[in-house]
Amino acid sequence: MFRFVVRRLLQLIPVLLGLSLLLFVWLHRLPGGPETALLGERGTPETRAMVRKQLGLDQPILVQYGRFMKRMLTGDLGNSIDTKQPVMQEFLDRFPGTVELTITAMIFAIGIGIPLGYLAARRRASWLDNMSVAGSLVAVCVPIFFLGYLVKQLLAVNLGWFPPAGRQDVTISATHVTNFYVVDGILTGEWDAAWDAIMHLVLPGLTLASIPLAIIVRITRASVLEVLGEDYVRTARAKGLTERRIRGRHILRNAMLPIITVMGLLTGGLLSGAVLTETVFAFTGIGQFVRQSISNLDYPVLMGFIMIIALIYVLVNLVVDVSYGLIDPRVRVR
Amino acid sequence: MRAPRLRTAAAVCAVAALALAAAGCASKRDQETTSNKPEKLVFGVAGDPKTLDPALASDGESFRVARQVYETLVQPEPGTAKIVPGLATEFKPDSTGLVWTFKLKQGVKFHDGTDFNGESVCFNFNRWYNWKGMLQSQDVSSYWQDIWGGFAKNEDPKLGPSLFKSCTVKDASTVEIAITKVTSKFPAALALPSFSISSPKALQEFKADEVGGTADSLTYPEYAMKHPTGTGPYKFVEWDRPNKVVKLTRNDAYNGTKAKIKDLYFQTISDLDARKQALRAGSIQGYDLVAPQDVKVLKGEGFNVLTRPAFNILYLAINQSGNPALAKLEVRQAIAYALDRKSIVDSKYPEGSTVAINFHPSSLEGYNDAVTKYDYDVNKAKTLLAQAGYANGLTLRFGYPTEVTRPYMPDPKGIFELMKTNLEAAGIKIEPVALKWTPDYLNKMTTGKDHDIHLLGWTGDYGDAYNFIGTFFDRQKDEWGFNNPTLFAKFAEADKEADLQKRYALYKELNKMLLDFLPGVPVAHGPPSLVLAKNVGGVKASPLTDERYYTAEYTG
Repeated sequence: MFRFVVRRLLQLIPVLLGLSLLLFVWLHRLPGGPETALLGERGTPETRAMVRKQLGLDQPILVQYGRFMKRMLTGDLGNSIDTKQPVMQEFLDRFPGTVELTITAMIFAIGIGIPLGYLAARRRASWLDNMSVAGSLVAVCVPIFFLGYLVKQLLAVNLGWFPPAGRQDVTISATHVTNFYVVDGILTGEWDAAWDAIMHLVLPGLTLASIPLAIIVRITRASVLEVLGEDYVRTARAKGLTERRIRGRHILRNAMLPIITVMGLLTGGLLSGAVLTETVFAFTGIGQFVRQSISNLDYPVLMGFIMIIALIYVLVNLVVDVSYGLIDPRVRVR
Repeated sequence: MRAPRLRTAAAVCAVAALALAAAGCASKRDQETTSNKPEKLVFGVAGDPKTLDPALASDGESFRVARQVYETLVQPEPGTAKIVPGLATEFKPDSTGLVWTFKLKQGVKFHDGTDFNGESVCFNFNRWYNWKGMLQSQDVSSYWQDIWGGFAKNEDPKLGPSLFKSCTVKDASTVEIAITKVTSKFPAALALPSFSISSPKALQEFKADEVGGTADSLTYPEYAMKHPTGTGPYKFVEWDRPNKVVKLTRNDAYNGTKAKIKDLYFQTISDLDARKQALRAGSIQGYDLVAPQDVKVLKGEGFNVLTRPAFNILYLAINQSGNPALAKLEVRQAIAYALDRKSIVDSKYPEGSTVAINFHPSSLEGYNDAVTKYDYDVNKAKTLLAQAGYANGLTLRFGYPTEVTRPYMPDPKGIFELMKTNLEAAGIKIEPVALKWTPDYLNKMTTGKDHDIHLLGWTGDYGDAYNFIGTFFDRQKDEWGFNNPTLFAKFAEADKEADLQKRYALYKELNKMLLDFLPGVPVAHGPPSLVLAKNVGGVKASPLTDERYYTAEYTG
């Protein structure tokens, strides 16, 4: 197991190097540059040229890449051209919000999706099954921004149950230690702040959960249906095992492998930033910031964020691979 | 076996739903106790400020914060673009127009308790003038370079000579600022937040000029991120960057009317609909950049919608250096006559918008109503095209931006479609060139020769017509592609005229020349709006977006 993990981590090096070169060349080949966004309508061809020179964008691309790699190897991702702040600081300011939102969405998706998918499979062709299949189809089809708008209009604007925007009421004086607001509230004993942060997570979490929830319901249903027909389940039942034991030990455990794979992929995807949900709920995660950086062609931010996200994505999938062996002893990671 | 499990599941769901509802109710109670308090006002804005040091800023959101925290020597009169005394109680030039004397307000203190006086004014001017290294980057000291040109020692030969010559303290309440040439920019541009007066002590203590990093990767100094210190009615408390909010609190030692609402928050909510919903839900008490279509709706719901006097212009630019047809005056006139600008304004702009006659708003001195007006006349357009030798038609590439709206251009594609219909009715075939606003569109339309006509505009920085027409036409530019030495000489003459009345007369003349020469077609002035909660008033909308919130108050 240890050798497997080390080998996977070593494989990361060529992957990240290749990705960085490809991405760097591609980004710098896009028309225009960050100087246009920086200067806006007030920019003239002369002032834009001056800014390009200052940013070193007039130099050959390999020279620019070399400078980027030199910084990277010392752990410096550079500074945002737009905000003039270190890219790592920008990431650390925003990533906790995205993590909190992802966890919330996955709690909703897993907490509702697995039981619902399981029950749908156990009661195949029942009203519950039909409803869950139809519901998951609708959830996948409704655009996130529209769903978010509706949810917010109903539960925040009309009923006033939840806050409509942000990560925390800006008028609360909360102490931020880790930038995970819920955790910070608990750590500092500021329960109001923690509760307020949780309330701010509910609507964007629910909205963001819609698609993962639908996928998990469908995968769980299909996986459980497959396992239900297996000989070992019939054998277990014939042996007189309790239904609870059959359900937990034989059905769910065997059905979990594809579900975990999907959960890993979904979590990795959500961690790279839920742009639409963050925008609709003015939720300050990395998605919005990356979108803005794409518009502004803020090269250091785009390069830095994508490298970090790629790393996280690979690590999440490594965790998923390792967890196979824990769930199913027949799977041995080598 | 199954029924009990179903019941269990149903019970779990019911408990979860109840918990959720209870949580929701609790949240509502929290909101009732934390918002709608007369001591707090949360205003929703579209973006984060870039910096808290206005000298380094050129974006509207940085300026919005600066206008509450800092003051300038002169400032715009509330609700207009006219310059009135600010930290200077009076200001006047000598007979040459090159030395200006400013009498300063007495008894003013910076937020750190130090005195505002002549020394502090000159400290700020000398700070800007003596900037070195990365502070001379266009990206960092944009407005200094736009208004004042270069520095004491220019490090890039492309930087021009400086307009600033010296600042002399005559006594504690009097300073003299000497400039190297008479220009329309001075003293009007001193009202820009970039020229706010900071506390010298705070500037030194928090190393305001120590820009970090390297030229291609620089970072703002501590002063610019955490310690803005001015003399304004609000003091800076915190910039909570992860939560995207700037917190200010009343300056109880303010030399003037104290802020009526104690705590002021600027919260970034970039999505327009999200800002609207937050206002309706009561979590913010106002927001900026109301969509034109929402103005009536929000007014109908009882919100206080404040419409700013329009201080911008949308024009249709015509590039004379690419397509040879556009170098012919008759063709440019045909384009102008073909456009039904009134219909465009009526259908695409909010209430209060007007068709543009000059290339600047009518509120500025120098406006000329007696110019050629080019009222919609499709037959005249066809005749002019025929006279120019294009009776069989003409094809033009028409650029418009995507993924953007501007107060002067609320619906770029919609405006383009209407213009396209107008121009095609006159016999001009249109090839659309739709490009992303930044970087593609701005780059393409303002450089090179490969563009025919396009939509672009401008929002004024300060109250002088030169800031509009001079910015567009006082020299040869790729955007317009013409070289008109007579026009350029007239601009130079107006810019260096010290006598204001004579200068305004020259502006009038220039407006006439421009509409005769027709480098483009002025289209519309669109007033942007902001909105406040039903029970918030006291804010005066400014054409320069120079709203000061210390006058804001809860009315009920």
